[in-house]
Amino acid sequence: MSFLEYRLKLAPSGIAKVFYIQWALILVLIAIAAIGWLMLYSIAGGDMDTWALPQIKRFGMGLGLLFFVAFIPIWFWRSMSGVSYIVAMLLLLVVHFFGTVGMGAQRWIDLGFMRLQPSELMKVTLVMILAAYYDWLDDKKVSRPLWVLIPVVLILLPTYFVLKQPNLGTSMMLILAGAGVMFAAGVSLWYFGVVGALGGGGIAAIIMSEGTPWQVLHDYQYKRIHTFLDPAADPLGTGYNIIQAKIALGSGGWAGKGFMQGTQSRLNFLPEKHTDFIFTTLGEEFGFVGAISLLALYTLVLVFCITAAIQNKDRFSQLLIIGVAMNFFLYLAVNLSMVMGMAPVVGVPLPLLSYGGSATLVILLAFGLVQSAIVHRPR
Amino acid sequence: MRRAPRDTEATARSVTRRALLMGGGMAAMVAALGARMRFLGVEQADQFRLLAEENRINIRLIPPARGLIQDRNGKLIAGNEQNYRVVITRENAGKTDAEVEGVLNRLSNIIPMTAQDLTDAMKELNPRVNSAFVPITVAERLSWTDFSKIAINAPALPGVSPEVGLSRVYPRDIDFAHVVGYVGPVSEKDLTELKDKEGAENVDPLLMIPRFQIGKIGVEKWMEDTLRGSAGTKRIEVNAVGRVMRELDREEGLKGKDLRLTIDADVQNFVQARLGEESAACVVMDVNNGDIIAAVSSPSFDPNLFVRGISSADYAALTEHDHRPLANKVVQGAYPPGSTFKMVTALAALEAGVIDENTTVRCPGYIEVGGIRFNCWKRGGHGSVNLKRGLSESCDVFFYDVSQRVGIDMMAEMGNKLGLGQRHDLPMSAISTGAMPNKAWKQEKFKQDWVIGDTINASIGQGYVLATPLQLAVMASRIAAGRQVAPRIIHSVNDIEVPIAEVAGLDLDGSKLRAVQMGMFEVMNGQHGTGRGSRIVDASMQMCGKSGTAQVRNFSDAEKRDGATKNDALPWRLRDHALFVGFAPANAPRYAVSVVVEHGGGGSAVAGPIARDALLRALTGGIPPLDAYPADQRGTIESRMNDLRLRLPDGSQPEASKV
Repeated sequence: MSFLEYRLKLAPSGIAKVFYIQWALILVLIAIAAIGWLMLYSIAGGDMDTWALPQIKRFGMGLGLLFFVAFIPIWFWRSMSGVSYIVAMLLLLVVHFFGTVGMGAQRWIDLGFMRLQPSELMKVTLVMILAAYYDWLDDKKVSRPLWVLIPVVLILLPTYFVLKQPNLGTSMMLILAGAGVMFAAGVSLWYFGVVGALGGGGIAAIIMSEGTPWQVLHDYQYKRIHTFLDPAADPLGTGYNIIQAKIALGSGGWAGKGFMQGTQSRLNFLPEKHTDFIFTTLGEEFGFVGAISLLALYTLVLVFCITAAIQNKDRFSQLLIIGVAMNFFLYLAVNLSMVMGMAPVVGVPLPLLSYGGSATLVILLAFGLVQSAIVHRPR
Repeated sequence: MRRAPRDTEATARSVTRRALLMGGGMAAMVAALGARMRFLGVEQADQFRLLAEENRINIRLIPPARGLIQDRNGKLIAGNEQNYRVVITRENAGKTDAEVEGVLNRLSNIIPMTAQDLTDAMKELNPRVNSAFVPITVAERLSWTDFSKIAINAPALPGVSPEVGLSRVYPRDIDFAHVVGYVGPVSEKDLTELKDKEGAENVDPLLMIPRFQIGKIGVEKWMEDTLRGSAGTKRIEVNAVGRVMRELDREEGLKGKDLRLTIDADVQNFVQARLGEESAACVVMDVNNGDIIAAVSSPSFDPNLFVRGISSADYAALTEHDHRPLANKVVQGAYPPGSTFKMVTALAALEAGVIDENTTVRCPGYIEVGGIRFNCWKRGGHGSVNLKRGLSESCDVFFYDVSQRVGIDMMAEMGNKLGLGQRHDLPMSAISTGAMPNKAWKQEKFKQDWVIGDTINASIGQGYVLATPLQLAVMASRIAAGRQVAPRIIHSVNDIEVPIAEVAGLDLDGSKLRAVQMGMFEVMNGQHGTGRGSRIVDASMQMCGKSGTAQVRNFSDAEKRDGATKNDALPWRLRDHALFVGFAPANAPRYAVSVVVEHGGGGSAVAGPIARDALLRALTGGIPPLDAYPADQRGTIESRMNDLRLRLPDGSQPEASKV
């Protein structure tokens, strides 16, 4: 369905768009972010200026961006998918080539007021281009090998450069989010089955090959796998963070120690306490109740997104919303499993809670697209 | 593309189906996460609750003891001493800055602290700089009395606790400042560099400990990974006011590995004392295995000052001193080698076959090439000169002539083979490569063609040629041993010897090498040898050598005529560099030596005697015996030896005996 088919007269225009925005979703996002500010305030020892205030400012900027994006018709954004993908790809290349030569292994580009990580931007643009691709593609060709190959290339190209940075967490997220859009677009389940089986087999082979002459990974990489399986084996490296995180979450108990009363998560040498490991503070100060409430808020966001996707009749919008939801889900699932010791430690922030500019802005930008799809959906 | 409305409906339904499937998957994962939260926070909580109710568990790192550094005979060069210090934990000291300041002020009434110390401590105690839980060291190296006063006054000093730690000490202070270097606290810059190099998550957590000390230069820096060891951990229980209640368990770290250097601390000390206040460097090297026996740069400084935190006045005194005490001249100083380079020219010519031992050149005191006059140091000329006389009387014209026949490229090749223009890899900072120029080198560096005058200048080690004292010692070793001996300074790690690399031969005809060695023997022992004044008379220890005097600037013709080139008349920084290379015993070489005295004057008069003393000290294993010196010099030598302030056998410096 192309925008020519929209009954444009029925689409809201001007200030009237305000009434079509999914306000509940925005309120939930603000609620989640507010929990983050509380935590940042607490971690800084009751100080706003250290982390909370800059984060609030960034969120405010992001919210402005969200509304700006939401007010622009979704068909405009679809026509921009190709351009934005190319721009994000170029930025990745800039970081790739100048990052190693000129600026010393950087993942970001300095914009002055913030540092932009192209790999974060790529998470959104990849979803956009895939959604646009499947919107354009004849429905009957979706599962033909050649037409499956094109999106695979679109996914793997940026993944390669992100992996080279090296940033394992983000490259995994790119693959999974891309696969999510392909899955939603109706690509035959056989492909997913085969790739899944090969991937599983590959991982098994990698683990089994340790110690044999043909082992695949470096020794230190195996060491990390062992650390994940048994954190106590390396209490000073990555295992240290996992142990600390568990103590913090565990000592929080049912209702937590109370706001600003957490001690474990403010221990020494937990370097990511305000970014990737921020959840430990929540778990410690507000206990199981606080943690599960946050999870409920996150779930609400996902529910809103999937509902919006189902209600929408525009294929691009549907796939875009699902892709954004998938990304959001991956952020929180990977981060929470990592912090709770269910997955190895990879650097993925907790969406809207962790201190950091790029991820927050990109998430809000993505939800701007979702809102635009909701506001301008065919009625 | 435009789709039929029915298709649109169908695809939308398909997406809905898949979306619901994905939603189901997400729900399953969210349920798993929720279950995990329940498991950790509710079911497993009992495991932590008892400890968490009123007490807190705190994991602290135990810094490992840094590896020791010893000399080749096991004498201590760098060790660890007990250090009584005071740490403050911000969280326990008070909530507001005023409260913390109050505690610090009370502390400063008990132990000596300057206003600067107090400001620094406040800065480090800022929760934005360091987490409120990190213990910050506010005073170190306290006396036992001060230390115990703190324990007594504990109730008035919340958050303050006395601790005993280890800190680095260099008992042979100035002797090893350049070789071993020193340690200092990890700086932001160190951390950023490490994070860039190894990735943020691979950086040793030890480095995050405030004021943790790592090697900054020299062996301490370049062998950091070996010396550091790895952290241990202790879990401690702290009560609500922050006092440590008990240690729950402790896992000891791994002590850093001990290093043994090839350097003999006593020889090192002797040479350091012998160089005195000169701006100079001296290397003594074992010609057979490349062991550096002594590597001395003078003047030196006390590395202990840096470990304790050097005052800005002391630091300024070091940086502003015109003899540059902070520079390790052994590897960082690149000097024109002067006549000590003549062996390279000679060997290149012999190897190329353009001369043999008997080829003679007539020296009228100068030669003219392309209208430019190149003088021999001896105004009246040497007459008819062969290789042996050319070396022993250091006739410049002989080498001017020969070099034109060989060409710079072959000379450079020989120089490289003997170790010039090569980077010798030792665990030291800022090692210079020197310069062994050839045609391509000049073209690349200056975009100019090589001219014949450059070759003539290079033939006597002037012009573009630059060598470090280490390279000169390597050159002497290689001439003595006939093999490409490589220098080594780390003898063993934790008593496991570092293997000596197999080295290639020089690929030179034996008789040619012997001709040059004979020339060097003649320098020291011949009737007219330029180095005769610093010969060794003991037949079992006779020296081979070559002196060099390198100009540091050009003289105008007028100055030459007026005799203004006399060194004594010149200001210090315009005087010639004095150089000397050599080895001994002549018949079965054991040690090679190189000496460079910056602006010292004549090589044979200034550098030669130092080289002789150093060689004798290494060969005899004690204070050089007087009967090794020529009879007429023994009186002056004896008084000079008596004046040297050598260390006592326990490594301590004797009290100054005279004013």
